[in-house]
Amino acid sequence: MTPEITIAILMTVVGASTPILLAALGELVVEKSGVLNLGLEGMMLIGAVAAFAVAATTGSAWLGALVAMLAGAAAALIFGVLTLTLTANQVATGLALTIFGVGVSSLVGAPFVGMTVEGLGTLFPESLADDAWGRILFGHNPLAYVSLLAVVLVVWFLNRSRAGLILRAVGESDEAAHSIGYSVIGVRYLAVLFGGAMAGLAGSCYSLVLTPLWADQLTAGRGWIALALVVFASWRPWRLFLGAYLFGGVMTLELHAKAAGLSLLEPEFLAMLPYLATIAVLTIISLRRSGARAGAPACLAKPFRASA
Amino acid sequence: MTLIKRRDLLAGGAALASLPLLGRAAQAAPLGVGFVYVGPVGDHGWTYAHDVGRKNLEAALGDKIKTSFVENVAEGPDSERVLRQLAKAGNGMIFTTSFGYMNPTIKVAKQFKKVKFEHATGYKRSKNVATYNARFYQGRAVCGTIAGHMSKTGVAGYIASFPIPEVVMGINAFTLAARKVNPNFKTRVLWVSTWYDPAKEADAAKALIDQGADIISQHTDSPAALQACEQRGLHAFGQASDMSAFAPNAHLTAIANNWGKYYVERVGQALDGSWASGDTWWGMKEDIVQMTPYSKAVPEAARKAADAVRDGITAGTWDPFQGPITDNKGKSRLGAGKALGDGDLHKMDWYVAGVES
Amino acid sequence: MRARLEARREPSRAMRLATPPLAVLLTMVAGAVVFQIMGFDGPAAIHQIFIVPVIDPSHWPDLGVKAAPLIIIAVGLAIGFRANVWNIGAEGQYVFGALAATGVALATWEMEGVWILPAMCLAGLAGGMLYAAVPAFLKTRVGVNEILTSLMLTYVAIQLLYYLMRGPWKDPEGFNFPQSRLFTDWQTLPMVMEDSYIHLGVPISVLIALAVWIVMGRTIVGFEVRLAGLAPAAARHGGFNAKRTVWLCLLAGGGLAGLAGTFEAAGPYGQMVPQFPVGYGFTAIIVAFLGRLHALGIILAGLVLAVSYVGGELAQTAAGLPHAATGMFQAMMLFFLLAVDILVRYRLRFGRPAAAEGSA
Repeated sequence: MTPEITIAILMTVVGASTPILLAALGELVVEKSGVLNLGLEGMMLIGAVAAFAVAATTGSAWLGALVAMLAGAAAALIFGVLTLTLTANQVATGLALTIFGVGVSSLVGAPFVGMTVEGLGTLFPESLADDAWGRILFGHNPLAYVSLLAVVLVVWFLNRSRAGLILRAVGESDEAAHSIGYSVIGVRYLAVLFGGAMAGLAGSCYSLVLTPLWADQLTAGRGWIALALVVFASWRPWRLFLGAYLFGGVMTLELHAKAAGLSLLEPEFLAMLPYLATIAVLTIISLRRSGARAGAPACLAKPFRASA
Repeated sequence: MTLIKRRDLLAGGAALASLPLLGRAAQAAPLGVGFVYVGPVGDHGWTYAHDVGRKNLEAALGDKIKTSFVENVAEGPDSERVLRQLAKAGNGMIFTTSFGYMNPTIKVAKQFKKVKFEHATGYKRSKNVATYNARFYQGRAVCGTIAGHMSKTGVAGYIASFPIPEVVMGINAFTLAARKVNPNFKTRVLWVSTWYDPAKEADAAKALIDQGADIISQHTDSPAALQACEQRGLHAFGQASDMSAFAPNAHLTAIANNWGKYYVERVGQALDGSWASGDTWWGMKEDIVQMTPYSKAVPEAARKAADAVRDGITAGTWDPFQGPITDNKGKSRLGAGKALGDGDLHKMDWYVAGVES
Repeated sequence: MRARLEARREPSRAMRLATPPLAVLLTMVAGAVVFQIMGFDGPAAIHQIFIVPVIDPSHWPDLGVKAAPLIIIAVGLAIGFRANVWNIGAEGQYVFGALAATGVALATWEMEGVWILPAMCLAGLAGGMLYAAVPAFLKTRVGVNEILTSLMLTYVAIQLLYYLMRGPWKDPEGFNFPQSRLFTDWQTLPMVMEDSYIHLGVPISVLIALAVWIVMGRTIVGFEVRLAGLAPAAARHGGFNAKRTVWLCLLAGGGLAGLAGTFEAAGPYGQMVPQFPVGYGFTAIIVAFLGRLHALGIILAGLVLAVSYVGGELAQTAAGLPHAATGMFQAMMLFFLLAVDILVRYRLRFGRPAAAEGSA
């Protein structure tokens, strides 16, 4: 492999991994607070269409990305009201949110089909990215840097900050957190909204960066992969980062291998890998903890209602 | 395989226009014509083109017909139900526009013997089920000619969905035409096993480019690959309709599907009672396969050569599958001076020399 | 005056029955408003979606055919949901079961005999159970969350389907199109009546729901499952093995999903195609909740969902409503249902908190 191709592959891997990392990072925080939101795909689609609609009408891709976060959070708010305030079942609500997102994004996006927008472009001036190292360091889309920053921030938040400690406490033992005087529902609302905003931003990565266009179901199921990655990473942000790049790497390498006339594996088996790997990881962690609960937050998907 | 005897459209139209409209319209309610679509009408690709055809049909036949459509119909039992509903709603003619509707169409046609069905891209027919398709490979030959002229590396990337004959003959026609210009031309095919996944199509285009291709053709539905080429400053061909809005610099030309022509013809036959089942495979000659305007990037020489191919195909003097043809394993498939018959094309499962897949 | 929620001492029976129709009603009203705002004739669209398929008998067979797989899968899932076993991978079990049945069909393609169809059904049942056994094993042996494993396996099953259709199980006479051979007459479900299109799976779906109703309400197994959900500790004290309950729930859910897949493949499809998974396994979760996890309620809920599908298509031709509106509509229905569900366990109060309240 020539250096030229290696760099090209690297650039594609970063592009493919970024939205999955963003969405999964949001979901990780949500799950750490003890909430399982399966509506990731729906929120991503809503973010993608909002970003595109705003960018197409105002001409500003950055405004589009911002609105995508708001739209994702708004969709997450529906989920929050139903599951947190009204204690509805999280699994069912999340699935309904996905169906909702598919429908709404298609309706909202219909007038924008057939258009394209000026995407987010690159963050750094092109002069910085004119040699190999320059491209590797400075040539990526802006959201790639945002996602890396987000990993660092989430790691710091969960492990070093007081707020993160409270969030984890709420996810591990809601009753205890409540009895000390923390607002379990309040914390979970914030987490769910953050998850929605990140999913929305991830969606905008498709409609503003990777394929600056709108078409129905633009994210093509990547939300489910992000969901799998959270589990694959056993709820740890650094592993999530590695997992997202591993996934992006395998998928990009597959295309390159096929373009070069090599065949790694039947494509369908390759597509199964992230899911099978996730199950394998879950099993391994569980085995190691000899029957404990696989690193999942203890209150995951369990409704909470303060007994007054 | 019976080929429908083509009627001169002008004469047909004139005959319709001269019908004693007053007497006819007074007794007969307008003929209901239903359309079943696999995607949304706004997909800017396959379904969009069919819906443009439906609108052309309405414009041409006016109040003699009444059209309706159902979009996003899943292939399988859902389509069977939709077909039954359309038939029960009084539609006298129903067009089913995706391969997966084949068996449901045959099934429902048995229950509604008076309704005329037309199924696109399939191979099963019955007394009231006709099939139709377009010779898209003719357009591929025009694209291949341009690619042969414009590619500097002599390697084209071809993003393909599934190895069905339709896709295979497109790849072959493209490659044969390009090799007439540049005998060392190669087409690198990347099978993505999907008709639609924008992010994957874009990444596939990038992978092909990184592996040496400098011009991209596709047999998948989204304009994502064009956008990837736009970003890299390379060129590509659109699919199903003019996609230049997505990639003004990269887009060279596209094969556009002009289904309206066929719809007007066949519905006209249904109205005057001359409709019969059969298989129709029209192409450039009948103006059902069109090339969208070439972009500024296409140089004069390529433009002329492409026009010559297009005019030759239209006139019937240039055949994309003219012998001799050798396959990519070195085996001779067709002698000099011979042409492949439609039957051979319909079951094509081999690749011409120059195709790497 | 301020609205508050006040806990009931025990769930309200009246509200259990009243909330699903209330949710449907709210959806109709909200849907009409939303469609009107979007520029369609709102009331007309709702009329097409919710009223026409119900009052026009010619649509009833369609409702039955569409509802059958939803009902079969949902009653299976509801068994688990009642015991807090969250199998959300029914879509995968549906596909895997149908693949098992297709395997039998392709192996017996040149054979004749009345035994072939039952063999396919058994294979489908076993296939679904086998596929659900993976999360069951991991849950009971290793303690892995079944929500995650069953969901992950769904995508594995769908990729397996794609592989088989593109490769080994492709119809050798099908011009390379990725789909299987057509099943023979011995391999397809007979129709209930001559010249109808109600296949045998439709009445069987109702029979299955009734059977599950009886098992859940009248047998010790049903009691065990319900107790595991309501009071796990009591179930343990009562000598019921929690692991056994998990196995039971997942195998029942998986087996029924696999059977539903078999009926779809051997019924309306008559072959296996890559487009086979259309989300019934996920929609059935909505159906299970809409039907209050009760077998009889699920029959009704399955029909309501079928109405929204069939009506959604009618609304496309009659009111020009886009397809996406149907999906949004179904999601809204579930949102409303989940929202009003709170009334079962809580009551809405206005004004000052009362000191003591009896339960309804």
